[in-house]
Amino acid sequence: MKINNVILRTVAKLVFFIILTLAVYLFFAGHNSPGGGFSGGLVLASALVLLFIVFDIETIQKGLPIDFKLVAAFGAFLSVGTGFGALVFGENFLTQAFDYFNIPFFGEIELTTVTIFEGGVALVVVGVVVTILLSISEDE
Amino acid sequence: MSILVLAIFIPFLAAAIIPFLYKYLKNIHVGWFAILVPTGLFIYLASLIPAISNGEVIVQTMNWIPSYGINITAYLDGLSLTLALLISGVGALVILYSIYYLSSKEPIGTFYTYLMLFMGAMLGVVMSDNMLVLYVFWELTSISSFLLIAFWYQRKRSREGAKKSLIITVSGGISMLVGFIMVGSMSNTWSIREVIANVATISDHALYTPAMLLVLLGAFTKSAQFPFHIWLPDAMEAPTPVSAYLHSATMVKAGIYLVARFTPVFGGEAVWFWAVTGVGIFTLFWGSFNAVRQTDLKALLAYSTISQLGMIMSMFGMGSAALYLGYSTESVVYTGATFAALFHLVNHSTFKGALFMVVGVVDHSVGTRDIRRLGGLITLMPVTFTIATIGSMSMAGLPPFNGFLSKEMFFVSTLEITEAGFFGLGAWGIAIPVIAWAASVFTFVYATVFVVKTFLGPYKEEKLEHPAHEPNPGMLISPIILGMLVIAFFFIPNVVGENLIAPAMNGIFPTFAAEGAELGMHIHAWHGFKPELFMTIGVVLFGVLLFVTKKYWSGLYNLFPEKWSINTFYGFVLDQMEDKSTVITNKYMTRYLRDYMVYIFAFFILAIGGIFIFTEAYYFTLPENAPVSNFEWLVILSMMIAGITILFAKSRLTAIVLNSILGFGISILFVLFRAPDLALTQTIIEAVTTVLFLVAYYFLPELDKEDTTKKTKSVNLFISIGVGVVFTVVALGVQGNKAFGTISTFFENSYELAGGKNMVNAILGDFRAFDTMMEVVVLLIAGIGVYTMIRVKTKKESDQIEDK
Repeated sequence: MKINNVILRTVAKLVFFIILTLAVYLFFAGHNSPGGGFSGGLVLASALVLLFIVFDIETIQKGLPIDFKLVAAFGAFLSVGTGFGALVFGENFLTQAFDYFNIPFFGEIELTTVTIFEGGVALVVVGVVVTILLSISEDE
Repeated sequence: MSILVLAIFIPFLAAAIIPFLYKYLKNIHVGWFAILVPTGLFIYLASLIPAISNGEVIVQTMNWIPSYGINITAYLDGLSLTLALLISGVGALVILYSIYYLSSKEPIGTFYTYLMLFMGAMLGVVMSDNMLVLYVFWELTSISSFLLIAFWYQRKRSREGAKKSLIITVSGGISMLVGFIMVGSMSNTWSIREVIANVATISDHALYTPAMLLVLLGAFTKSAQFPFHIWLPDAMEAPTPVSAYLHSATMVKAGIYLVARFTPVFGGEAVWFWAVTGVGIFTLFWGSFNAVRQTDLKALLAYSTISQLGMIMSMFGMGSAALYLGYSTESVVYTGATFAALFHLVNHSTFKGALFMVVGVVDHSVGTRDIRRLGGLITLMPVTFTIATIGSMSMAGLPPFNGFLSKEMFFVSTLEITEAGFFGLGAWGIAIPVIAWAASVFTFVYATVFVVKTFLGPYKEEKLEHPAHEPNPGMLISPIILGMLVIAFFFIPNVVGENLIAPAMNGIFPTFAAEGAELGMHIHAWHGFKPELFMTIGVVLFGVLLFVTKKYWSGLYNLFPEKWSINTFYGFVLDQMEDKSTVITNKYMTRYLRDYMVYIFAFFILAIGGIFIFTEAYYFTLPENAPVSNFEWLVILSMMIAGITILFAKSRLTAIVLNSILGFGISILFVLFRAPDLALTQTIIEAVTTVLFLVAYYFLPELDKEDTTKKTKSVNLFISIGVGVVFTVVALGVQGNKAFGTISTFFENSYELAGGKNMVNAILGDFRAFDTMMEVVVLLIAGIGVYTMIRVKTKKESDQIEDK
């Protein structure tokens, strides 16, 4: 059955980038306002899910040849790795560090290792959600 | 991080790197990289010998879990150093040997990874001062041994041998852990050194003897003592370098190390003395008695190893008698047994390592290890024959080889212990030298069998896979080095005795050393015409006699029929356990998801509801709670309607949509209660799960009218109402009870402590980051689980690949 869904496809192309922006915003906003790695990752995953629903899976995988299992594994590696990173500096496991830096053009911003940790969380969420979705939908 | 701690972790690091080297450097045998690790470690450890032999002790600590007193403390005294040198030295030789033994067509990348894993774990065992860390490394050696035995996992016997060794050694390891925990709770420390220092305070404790027996169980299973020895012959399915390394030179010595290490804690007790000496001496006899009947060379060596391990074990038992008497000039005599044990431990590694390598060479050359097919190899493989003879003569306790020295010392100890008047030795002590002597006769017989049946007699080429020839010279380097050490230790035994064993003695008898006792011994080859010399001569005479008349008395073995053996008993227990647990499991695993839900919810109602009734925690006062506003009522009512409507939904799609109303309703409630983070997450999750449900339901059939009995329906009704009630009571009870003070003030400082203004995320990412990390890992595991369940299906051919 072929459904003519031109409107959906056109809107989805546009909305995808809006959702993507929201995901990135949520990810970085999480430090001081609602958001964070988990919700940012989930929004990113839902953007991808939207693409998979509107277009078919083969098309998306051709345009976006990413193995999401690896994404998830890399995310977990990053999160656990930041924990061990603290050990290198003689701190306890998973101790997070933060400081404020004056960077020209941006002014004072805060850099923190939590961002890396949360980045790992986000990648795991994206990877796992897409992996589960793809493996269920492709089952014969 | 200190160097000594680093030394333990270098092999683990190498284990991580080797797969990549193997993958990207195809032209070079990866063993050449692996050999650098033990060689480097050996040189480093050897450089510490002068310091250790001066009586120094090196202690370095790296904090691991300081709040529980669990730290990685590398502790190097004479005993640890002796073992560590064996591990790295024999390790280097074995790797050199394996480079020529294993062809590059085998998955050698995994082989060396496992070997490095084992080496690190074994170093960890002998250098850890913390009991729990020691336990972790201990189990790691069992696991790496399991992996190495099953290296040729296509063979059924390899898999079974691996399984058997794992089951036996790990059960022993767990009992040892319980023993450690008992010792730890008695002495309030995990450090072995501190336990030894305060041993007087724990020896009257009620847990003292149980702890001792449990620790001994761990040692006996690992060191293949009777009746746990049955795993070692089956472990011979491993590649020969592994047998030479793990199952004769190092891993099986871990149990002996443990006994030596804990002698100052438990030694001097009659139970310890009889358990260690008795089990050891019986294992010595049983192993040598059974070795004679073996027809596979490796099996013969396996039983021989069991027997020799029993001999070392019994010597540690006899040496512990000195601690019963306390320090005096008479009691120091008994420490000679411990000295002999340590010396034989080193000697055994040299000659048994060489012998295993010889078997590997023979197997590699002619394609069989069966002595019924071998014979007459002396002219074709003269070098191999020479090494085999050196090793066997040393094993049989003949001069001029190192085995003679330690065997003589062993006889001296067995004779001395009969003169001790305590522990009931007056009545039973005479049995020790008698059994020891009889066992030594059999040792002589199987050592002779090993050489004569393989190398002498007629050459039967038609029975061999390949014609005999000397192997690649590289394969002979390691056995030649070990063979030369066998001779060298005979002529210069005191180099080992003074530099390694004497400091090790100070660690085993710290109270004696504190009194200034001279625990080192001068090893003589010639004792004069003493009983021990006559015992050796008797061993040779009777050994030759038994060897010549073997076919007349070998009917003796039929007195122990196969169905009465420990192996049969082990198999029977395992089969019964599997059968019975299958029956029990099948009773409740009905393969209906519905039934499993019933179990889960019923358990929830009973456990949580039961606790609430039992502790009377269901106290709550409604008026104190905040009033419910009209808007909230609206949301709750629509959720209620949606929830009830699900029951009457005619299609799955309707059910999914109704279900998502519940989720979105909750997120609206979160907004109303000013929890934007929760609301945000809940909304997105709801969206994603709805999609997942839709995808999954695509594969399900149309929703049918439910066709269940009245009984099932009433059970379901009862459970759903029960769960609802319990949940409501819990929610209200949490509000009504304030059992603990609130800790929220701590989190309010999130900006100062974690640099973030969002308190929720500061908790997730910083204060309680460990939870988040684990959740992330769990999520990953769940994702991989879904993927493998759906996508990775077993292929039909896989059955044929196994069971070769």
